[in-house]
Amino acid sequence: MYALPAPPPPAPQRQVLVGVSLAVMAAVMMTGSMLAVWALQRREAIDFEGSWLPDGVTIPEVPTNVMLLAFIGLCVFGQWAVYSAGNDDRGHTILALGCTFLVGILVINAQAFVYTQMGLGIADGTYAAMFYAITGFFMLLMIAGLLFTTVTAFRFIGGRTADRELLVAHALFWYAMSAIYAGIWFLVYVTK
Amino acid sequence: MTTIESTPEAVVAAPSGSVDDAGTVSWLDRFIDVFTSTDHKVIGRHYFGGGLAGLLAIVVVNVLIGVERLDGADTVLDIEVIPQLLDAQRVGLVFAVMLPLAMAIAVAFVPLQVGSRSIVFPRLAFTGFWMWLGGAIITVVALVNNGGTLGGDSDMVDLFIVGLGLMAIGLLASAGSVATTILTTRAPGMTMRRVPPSTWSALVFSLGIVLVMPVFVGTLTYLFLDHRNARTGFGGNEGILTWVGWIFTQPATFLFAIPAIAMLVELFPITFGKRTPARGVMFFGLSLVGLAALAGVTQQNLQNLPWAGSQLSTSNLDEKARDLVPYLLFNALPVLGALLVLLVGLQIARPTDGMKVNVKPAVFFGFFGYGMVLVGMLGNLMYAIDDAGVQGTVFEEGSLVYVAYGAVLGAMGALVHWAPKLWGRTINSVAAIGLAFLGVAATILATFPLYIAGLLDQPAGVAYDDSNLEVWNILSLVGHGLMAITALAFVVVMLGSLLGRHDDDDVGDDPWSGQTIEWATTSPAPRDNFVDVPIIHSAEPMLDLRDAATAPTDGSAS
Repeated sequence: MYALPAPPPPAPQRQVLVGVSLAVMAAVMMTGSMLAVWALQRREAIDFEGSWLPDGVTIPEVPTNVMLLAFIGLCVFGQWAVYSAGNDDRGHTILALGCTFLVGILVINAQAFVYTQMGLGIADGTYAAMFYAITGFFMLLMIAGLLFTTVTAFRFIGGRTADRELLVAHALFWYAMSAIYAGIWFLVYVTK
Repeated sequence: MTTIESTPEAVVAAPSGSVDDAGTVSWLDRFIDVFTSTDHKVIGRHYFGGGLAGLLAIVVVNVLIGVERLDGADTVLDIEVIPQLLDAQRVGLVFAVMLPLAMAIAVAFVPLQVGSRSIVFPRLAFTGFWMWLGGAIITVVALVNNGGTLGGDSDMVDLFIVGLGLMAIGLLASAGSVATTILTTRAPGMTMRRVPPSTWSALVFSLGIVLVMPVFVGTLTYLFLDHRNARTGFGGNEGILTWVGWIFTQPATFLFAIPAIAMLVELFPITFGKRTPARGVMFFGLSLVGLAALAGVTQQNLQNLPWAGSQLSTSNLDEKARDLVPYLLFNALPVLGALLVLLVGLQIARPTDGMKVNVKPAVFFGFFGYGMVLVGMLGNLMYAIDDAGVQGTVFEEGSLVYVAYGAVLGAMGALVHWAPKLWGRTINSVAAIGLAFLGVAATILATFPLYIAGLLDQPAGVAYDDSNLEVWNILSLVGHGLMAITALAFVVVMLGSLLGRHDDDDVGDDPWSGQTIEWATTSPAPRDNFVDVPIIHSAEPMLDLRDAATAPTDGSAS
């Protein structure tokens, strides 16, 4: 066996940040592909049937717009947590993470309200199946994001305050979620 | 924050499980350890096992399809079974053979090659394997019970979609783990220009999977919900191939063959005892093959060149440029990438003064695997030209099988090459070389007749009218039969070499005179791979050491 010289222990190399970046890339690709198929089906439905949105179905625009505004809050709070951690301000970091969690709950609540107001059954045709597929995946990502926020908050509450990389990854996740929702908002809720 | 928190002390720690007074671990603990271990080498071995089991199953399917094609006007098998067989062939070659074998190379060997103590997110990679396996089992159950794209049982079609989705998510999870490992845990001094070819190919492959699989899963989600409920928007079960068929055909499949392509330039430097020249060209070539991911992210089955007859002129050049650009981007650039890799390989093999050729069994697999994938890629280049008149024929199947069997040969080469690091044993060299030749003969016999039959207008599927085509189908059947023998014999030889008792059990840490740092650790590699992770000063650190050891000492120094 040849003996190569041993180096000093390597510095941490942002594994969580790179991992979250890849996960976010996958989520954006999945939502993007679903929106692309949505646009294709919508165009065909309009060409052949004259409309895409089923008769009698109305999209409640207030909660969908509120969700979009809420994502501004999510980005701000996520970045606030990064900023506070950079200043070794544990209290504000935890407060920012708490606010992120609450606004995330708000988004889930608003989406649930949209479901109830639309009164659309999942078996009510292609539009319904696709609507629940894309918004269901979005809800799945929201729940994953809330879990991410919870884990990050508990690590800080537990005293692992040097973990700034985790907060950067956490903020990146919410930035990406904002982009994902902006796409859904425009194509599903505005363009209809 | 780091996700690898193992310590050098753990390298010499005893295996988990209860140890008796004699120091032996009970078989139950060993069994549990094998199925619960998050060691990347164990997960990689699982992927290899899954891929080889999938290969054995799919060659049987291919043989059955070949038998069915012996008489194009009559059916031998139950007519309702044939659609399931065709589905199983296409899904199996991609998801049960190519993908797990490519992932096996990436998971098992990349952390060793980059000098990492472990794969990053090991539980994610572990979960990915079991999700893939679960999805594979569900898909088989669905196909056997009349599911699949042409299946008649609605619930089984749903189950088929779920199985595909699970396999895709599992592979996505493992790919994320591999890519993060390469990007974050390389040994000190190992810049991206210094990573070995297989590691670079694993990066391109895993990033491609991260881009492509979500698109596949997103569309599957639509297909599942629509098929389960309305069945109006996506064409029912027959629409599955319309919407996600791109993943089961070229050029998307090139992405899954990248690790096999890289085996050529991984093994040639060892064979010819040289450093790899023009590493940038080699990396660029492998990355160009990765452009095959474009077919996935744009969900394209075929980017064809729609010129025929009078259109083959210099008129309407602007319109033709619009056709030509996507054709070249999707089909030709991956071929160019593979040719660049070959160019670097040939440069390594170019005779020079004092060159010592050190032929090892794995290089035959690597060379033949690369060659078969390249022929498949060239076939696809021709298939996409409308004027060639082969679209809708068995020519496309020939191209797919060329790429898939080529990827299999490459993966077999990887197993033969790195077996010492996984098991501390080498695979019987004479048998391995024989199997490499048998494998390439099987691949050519199984596929080239399909190219010819396609040129003679034999339609895709199993039925045809022209009895003159029978001879090509007989040859193809013989080829698939030989591949079945190759696969079975490879498994037998491998198990015989690894489980049997030999006098020469100690193969040494570096039996092939390797150049990369996985050959610096013991054979088999310990759980944490390296006692001390070395500093890297070049792309061939082991060659540096050997050169330094054999360099003449300077007399003036004394």
